[in-house]
Amino acid sequence: MMTAKEYASLVEREDFVPAQNRDLGIDKVYSAQSFWKDALGRFVKNRGAVFGLVMIVLIVVMAFAGPTLSGYDYRTQDMSQRNLPPHIAGWESAPIFSGVYTQYVNGEPIRSNVYTQKGIEDVTHIFGTDALGRDQFARTWTGTRVSLYVALVAILIDTFVGMSFGLVSGYYGGKLDFFLQRIVEILSTIPTTVIVTLLIVVMKPGLTSITVALMITEWIGMSRVTRAQTLRLKEREFVLASRTLGENTFSIIFREILPNIFGQIIVMCMMTIPNAIFTEAFLAFIGLGIPAPLASLGSLISDGFKSMTMYPFLVLFPVTVLALLMLSFNLMADGLRDAFDPKMKEM
Amino acid sequence: MEKTLTIRDLRISFQASGGTVRAVRGVDLDLYQGETLAIVGESGSGKSVTVKAIMGIVSSNQIVEGGTILYRCREKDEWTERDLLRLSRREMRRHINGTHIAMVFQDPMTSLDPTMTIGMQLMEGMIQHLHLSRALARRRAIELLELVGIPEAEKRMRNYPHQLSGGMRQRVVIAIALSCSPDILICDEPTTALDVTIQAKILELIQEIQRKTGISVIYITHDLGVVAKVADYVAVMYAGRIAEKGTVEDIFYDPRHPYTWGLLSSMPDISDESSERLYTIPGSPPSMVDLPAGDPFAPRNAYALEADFKAEPPMFQISQTHFAASWLLDERAPKVAMPDSLRRRIESMRGGERTDG
Amino acid sequence: MFKYVLKRVLISVVTVLIILAVLFTMLHSMPGSPFNDEKITAVQRANLEAKYGLDKPLPVQFVNYLKAMLSGDFGVSYVIQKNMPIASLLRARIMVSIRIGVQAVALGTLIGLLMGIVAAMKRNSFLDTFATVVSVIGVAFPSYVFAMAMSYFIGFRLGWLPLLYSTADAARSTVMPTISLSMFSMATVARFARTEMVEVMGSDYMLLADSKGISSFRLLGVHGLRNALIPIVTVLAPLTVELMTGSLVVEQIFAIPGIGSLLVSAIQFNDYNVVLAVVFVYSIMFISVMLIVDILYGVIDPRIRLAKEDAST
Repeated sequence: MMTAKEYASLVEREDFVPAQNRDLGIDKVYSAQSFWKDALGRFVKNRGAVFGLVMIVLIVVMAFAGPTLSGYDYRTQDMSQRNLPPHIAGWESAPIFSGVYTQYVNGEPIRSNVYTQKGIEDVTHIFGTDALGRDQFARTWTGTRVSLYVALVAILIDTFVGMSFGLVSGYYGGKLDFFLQRIVEILSTIPTTVIVTLLIVVMKPGLTSITVALMITEWIGMSRVTRAQTLRLKEREFVLASRTLGENTFSIIFREILPNIFGQIIVMCMMTIPNAIFTEAFLAFIGLGIPAPLASLGSLISDGFKSMTMYPFLVLFPVTVLALLMLSFNLMADGLRDAFDPKMKEM
Repeated sequence: MEKTLTIRDLRISFQASGGTVRAVRGVDLDLYQGETLAIVGESGSGKSVTVKAIMGIVSSNQIVEGGTILYRCREKDEWTERDLLRLSRREMRRHINGTHIAMVFQDPMTSLDPTMTIGMQLMEGMIQHLHLSRALARRRAIELLELVGIPEAEKRMRNYPHQLSGGMRQRVVIAIALSCSPDILICDEPTTALDVTIQAKILELIQEIQRKTGISVIYITHDLGVVAKVADYVAVMYAGRIAEKGTVEDIFYDPRHPYTWGLLSSMPDISDESSERLYTIPGSPPSMVDLPAGDPFAPRNAYALEADFKAEPPMFQISQTHFAASWLLDERAPKVAMPDSLRRRIESMRGGERTDG
Repeated sequence: MFKYVLKRVLISVVTVLIILAVLFTMLHSMPGSPFNDEKITAVQRANLEAKYGLDKPLPVQFVNYLKAMLSGDFGVSYVIQKNMPIASLLRARIMVSIRIGVQAVALGTLIGLLMGIVAAMKRNSFLDTFATVVSVIGVAFPSYVFAMAMSYFIGFRLGWLPLLYSTADAARSTVMPTISLSMFSMATVARFARTEMVEVMGSDYMLLADSKGISSFRLLGVHGLRNALIPIVTVLAPLTVELMTGSLVVEQIFAIPGIGSLLVSAIQFNDYNVVLAVVFVYSIMFISVMLIVDILYGVIDPRIRLAKEDAST
């Protein structure tokens, strides 16, 4: 610590005059970050979320460009090229995509290059071919489209069914809310798997029935979040103010409430997507997926699994794409949740 | 009077996302037995961090950069003195927290464990520290609840926090703090979260307990009304330092620091008949991450000198008890008097007191 | 509390009734009748219908159906094992499924709790990051990804554990299915436990308890854990759903003779009766778990237990 004398020597005699030309007491306004800018900043800082976003973009691009890139289509069969391992022409000596097929006999690997044996070194099947000689690369990316379609459906259901249900239930309250909440309660007591399975048993397996199944089950989470937020917001001053000013219900909901819960809605949407994708893949796996020759990631995995010990590559690629897709959507949902509302609890 | 707590040059900082926050920057304070010390300041002035350091509650991102907190107490008829900052977390728990120094927190709605009965929360400390049997601890707990003015104490023992009102809960928190007969009670804004009508009752309760037990009390508050009511000695903190400290008379009747002037002027006064607008100190507390050179209060200070922008003022002694950190007290400084409206107000307060007495 | 339990029970009963009504409707809307064997004459058929009460008005049939289902008489299988009573088909299989399910939940919850608590205590450490990565992967990947990976590498390539379930080696056979099913529980519980624990650690009541000077063991064990654990009970319900869904696939992968694989084969062979019976059993199991979780939550959280009591008196 300094002594009083040392302190006193810090300033000179001429400093003892009233301060001049200082902006006195002006509140320093720290550059106000807008909510969205703030959220964007937090999102970009989250490595996982950015990884998720990049992966999703990549997968989407591949889902659309992949089949064309492969030069095959997803259903052309070629019985002369069945169960071929992954191969890219000219990569024969590379560690992967070399076209080498490894068979395990009593745990001992026996390797052979199927492509050289057949004399088709110039043929490329990046992910190999299935039991009917169809190109797995084309099939995997075509199958990814189904997952993406399901993701899109989930978003639509969330916003149209879930959000409106929650808004109406929360905003109007009273008897209507009571009635609507009992519906939610009962629906959420029935396991989703059961609803979906029954539905598909009644309807024909296919995209339509999967869509309907999602429509029945996937909106509940969203409606809960929207309702809770609406209940919270409708008592807030700014909503009460616009109500006393005579604004009509419609515009209160759309101009006062909705913009304020938008963050949570986006987060909830992102959380529904992996669920929906999983539901589709699950249905495909138990034999209720879209019928052949169409493919989805789930049905590819299901088919590939049957010969997994012989041709593991048939499962490997669709499973990897599915896992990456699920992981990316999860990471992005987490990132968005933290970005919009660092305090929002895990759901 | 015996000195029980001596804080010297306490410096605490912590890492925040924006950089290092220097929350406490060289605080000196003394607490005497049976005395009531009030620490006044805006939020972020470092008052909470200071007292939490006394309790040894230092969050993981905080660093005690230096200083001492000497605590003196009688143990087995002998005076012992310990530097609390040198004790480990475990030693603090074992020997200091609860038994010698206890704390009452701001919000009674959240400071009780919602899953445990009031009785158990009260008995817990006694069983641990005083090694009382459950039955004995229970009896003492009921006595304590009666002491803090909770009716049907016996029945309340089985209640959970959510079954009590805010005022009742704060009484329970006070009872918990008193359960192991500490020497020092720290009250961190004990009334801010309560209804106005209950505030006074809680303050009276603490004062009454102080009379009965001779405990020393440290109040943290931003409410000068509370200070005037309960304190013997007052420390005004600004930006991690003490701006002015003195007895309650020194601070209220002879304030020297422009910040204290501002605080006193901004205090609402019902007896004040003039229809003057209530004064507010312009601006807001500085960001503690990058403090400007000089006195952090200077930019908000209407009486600032050029010197204030150059260097932080040292503590000037005004009387035996009264200190203030302002270049205005330097012998080289021009004579600057407190604002007229405040002077009139103090005079009328003094006058009122004289006619009362 | 009584009112709270009553409400939960009531909702569960209504749900069961609704599910039964749906199943009944489906049974009736199925193409053909159970007796569409070509060899049966119209008279024989009418007799059979009379025998099984199919000539009675629908409400009566529904009541009979309710009685039958609730007493465990699910009819007979048509395809999987012709004329085998479904009840005995289920009885043989249900314990296997329950065993693996319980093992998975127990394992997942235990490891998840440990991971979550350690992560919360040592925030931003290597352990925390590790727990976060594991829990993100556990939540994101469907359980069959783990099941397939384990089955291929541990079961097939290394041959450490049976590739397919064998009744003779039941204990070792359940290891891989249990682990793959437990991943989701583990991840969810770990995530939740961490959040809750962090929140509880920063709460005012922990500060007060700390200022009392009680031992750190009591501080964490009694005040910390109890408050953090109460909300964790709520995730047990979604866990069971995930578990049921997961078990359908995982039982398929490891060829486990449980009710999950029974449902899958019933679906694939269009054995409607079996599908409906298994769906009913699943629903009952799920609803019971939900009910137990709800009541448990009310019992251990005094805020619910006592609030409801006060309201009902």
